[in-house]
Amino acid sequence: RDGGVFGLGREALPEEIAAWDIDIRPDGAGLPVGSGTVADGEVLYTDNCAVCHGDFGEGVGRWPVLAGGHDTLADERPEKTIGSYWPYLSTVYDYVRRAMPYGNARSLSDDDVYALTAYLLYLNDIVDDEDFELSNENFTDIRLPNEENFFFDDRDEEPHYAQKGEPCMSDCKADAVKITQRARILDVTPGSVDDDQAA
Amino acid sequence: MSDKTVSQSPNLSRRSLLKAGLATGVAAGAVGTARAGGDPLITEIQDWNRYLGEGVQARPYGMPSEYEAHVVRRDVEWLTASTESSINFTPLHELDGIITPNGICFERHHGGIAEINPADHRLMINGLVDTPLVFTMEDLKRFPRENRVYFLECAANSGMEWRGSQLNGCQYTHGMVHCVVYTGVPLKLLLEEAGIKTNAKWVMPEGADASAMTRSIPMEKALDDCLVAFKMNGEALRPEQGYPLRMVVPGWEGNMWVKWLRRIEVGDEPWHQREETSKYTDLLENGKARRFTWVMDPKSVITNPSPQAPISHGKGPLVISGVAWSGNGRITRVDVSLDGGRNWKTARIDGPSLPKAMHRFYLDIDWDGSDLLLQSRAMDEHGYYQPTKNELRVSRGENSIYHNNGIQTWHVKADGTVENVEVS
Repeated sequence: RDGGVFGLGREALPEEIAAWDIDIRPDGAGLPVGSGTVADGEVLYTDNCAVCHGDFGEGVGRWPVLAGGHDTLADERPEKTIGSYWPYLSTVYDYVRRAMPYGNARSLSDDDVYALTAYLLYLNDIVDDEDFELSNENFTDIRLPNEENFFFDDRDEEPHYAQKGEPCMSDCKADAVKITQRARILDVTPGSVDDDQAA
Repeated sequence: MSDKTVSQSPNLSRRSLLKAGLATGVAAGAVGTARAGGDPLITEIQDWNRYLGEGVQARPYGMPSEYEAHVVRRDVEWLTASTESSINFTPLHELDGIITPNGICFERHHGGIAEINPADHRLMINGLVDTPLVFTMEDLKRFPRENRVYFLECAANSGMEWRGSQLNGCQYTHGMVHCVVYTGVPLKLLLEEAGIKTNAKWVMPEGADASAMTRSIPMEKALDDCLVAFKMNGEALRPEQGYPLRMVVPGWEGNMWVKWLRRIEVGDEPWHQREETSKYTDLLENGKARRFTWVMDPKSVITNPSPQAPISHGKGPLVISGVAWSGNGRITRVDVSLDGGRNWKTARIDGPSLPKAMHRFYLDIDWDGSDLLLQSRAMDEHGYYQPTKNELRVSRGENSIYHNNGIQTWHVKADGTVENVEVS
C-alpha cells in the first residue's frame, strides 16, 4: 500500500465501513434512513424486551429499569432511567441497535430500532401518542429531560484534592476514633456465616 | 483441619479462614518451641525427599501448586443480573509485588467472553482520516512496539462501599484492579498511518464482542500514551482480557480499555455512547452528574492483614503490606495509620515505582496484640493524596457509584481477625 509511514494495512472498503460504523451522535450523525411508530414498537418490545425489562420498562429482577424515576436523581435512592437520567436519544438508538436484545445483538432492523426507540419515549411519557412515528427526519427534534444536568469532570476542584500540600501526620483527630459501621453486621460477603452453615 | 484441606476448599469462608489462621498459628508455635524428639517434618524422611517427582513435560503450561488453589478470582452473585455482564475480583490479599498473574486478573465483561481466532480478527480505523484502513493481527505486529507496566482499575472498584462497609475482604472491596506489563503498538502510530485530519478531536474504540463496547477518548490522550496491546506479562492476552487485541488507556477508568478491539473511529465530537452517559457518569447529591471522569485518582489498600488474611502468628513482628496506585502518575509516598487516622507513619515503597502502575508498600511493626484500626493513604507525584471516604461523601453524596478512592479502614482484633469497618 502506498501512503502512511510504514505502508501497513490496506484501505477499508465503503461496504466494510458501513457494516461496522453504525454509531450515532447526539446531533444525529450516523442515523440510518428509516422510521417506526410507538404501536409497532410495543409489539417488538413485548416480543424481544419485556422478558427482562418488564412490560412497562420497570425491569424484572435485577435487569435494568428503562422507564420512570422522574425527579428522583437527588433522592436517597435515585432511579436512573432513559427518561429520568439519559441525556441523549441518540444513545438509545445506538445502544439498542448495537447490543440488544441481550444475547441476540444486531438482530433488529433499523426500522425496528426506530419503533422501539419511539416506544421507549412513550413508556417514559416523552411522547404520548401511540401513532407517533420516529424517523431520521424528526429524531433530533426530541430532547430528553435530563440533557442539561451533566457537566465535565471537575474533581480536582474538590477541597480534598485542591488543598494538595502536606497532610496531617500526628494528632489528626481530637478524639479517639470510633467504629461507626461494620461489614460483618450486613454480612453479604460470599462465603460468610450463612453460606458457611449451609455448606 | 489440615492446611491442605483449607487450601483446596472451593469457597473459603471467613470462619474457615479463621480456623485456618488459628491452625497455622498453632503449627507455627510448635515450630517456635522445638518438641521433644524433634519436628517429624525434619526427623522423618518425607515422600518428596525419597521419590521422583513429575518429569519436565508433565506440565506444558504450568499451574500454581495445589496448595494455592484458593488463590482465585471470586464473584459476588447478587451484584449483577447475569454473569455475562458482570464482574469478578482479583485476590489482592494473596498477592505480592506489583504484577498480577494473568490467570487471576479480574474480569469485567458486558456481553461475555468473545472467543476470536486471531486470523479472523480485523482492526479498522475510519472517520476523519486521510485513508480508512484495515489491519490484520500480522500487520499490527509489524509496527514498532512498546512495553509498559500499567494498572487497570474498574471505575466501579469499591463502588459497593459508597454507603458504608459492605463486603468483607479487600478482594471484594478493592479487587477490580490488576497490573501487568502490556506489549503493544502506540495508538499514535496507527492514527498516523491512516493520517488524521486537522479537525479530528476524538477517537472511539469499539469492541468485537456482543456488547460492542464503545467509548469516546480525546485525541490528546490517544496521541499521548494509549496502546493497542496484544500481549500481557509476556504472553498473548487472555480471552477474558480481550484476546487478540485491546486498548490500553493508562491511568484512566477500566471501561475505556476496550477489549476485542476491532475498530477505532476518528471524529470531531464525542459520541456520548451508553457507557459514557447511562454508565460511567457520576451522580452527585444535587442530582447533577459528572461526565467524562476518566482519571483514576490516587488510591491504596492494605492487603495484609485484611479480612481474608487474618493475623495467624500472634504478637511480635508483623508485615503490613499493601498496594497503591494513581492515574496521575507515580506514587511518591504511602502513609499508614494504626489508630484510624489519628497518627501516621510513612511506609516503605519496595520494587519498581512506575507511572500509572501499582506500587507495593510495607510497614514492618511489632504488634503488641491490641486492636488496630489500619488505614493507608497514598500520595502521587502531583501532590494529590487519597481522601477519606467521608471527604468524598461531603463533596459527592453517596450515589456516584464510580471513583470511590476513599481511605479503607480494617479493624484488627486481638484474636487476629480483621473486619471492614467505617470510623468516625
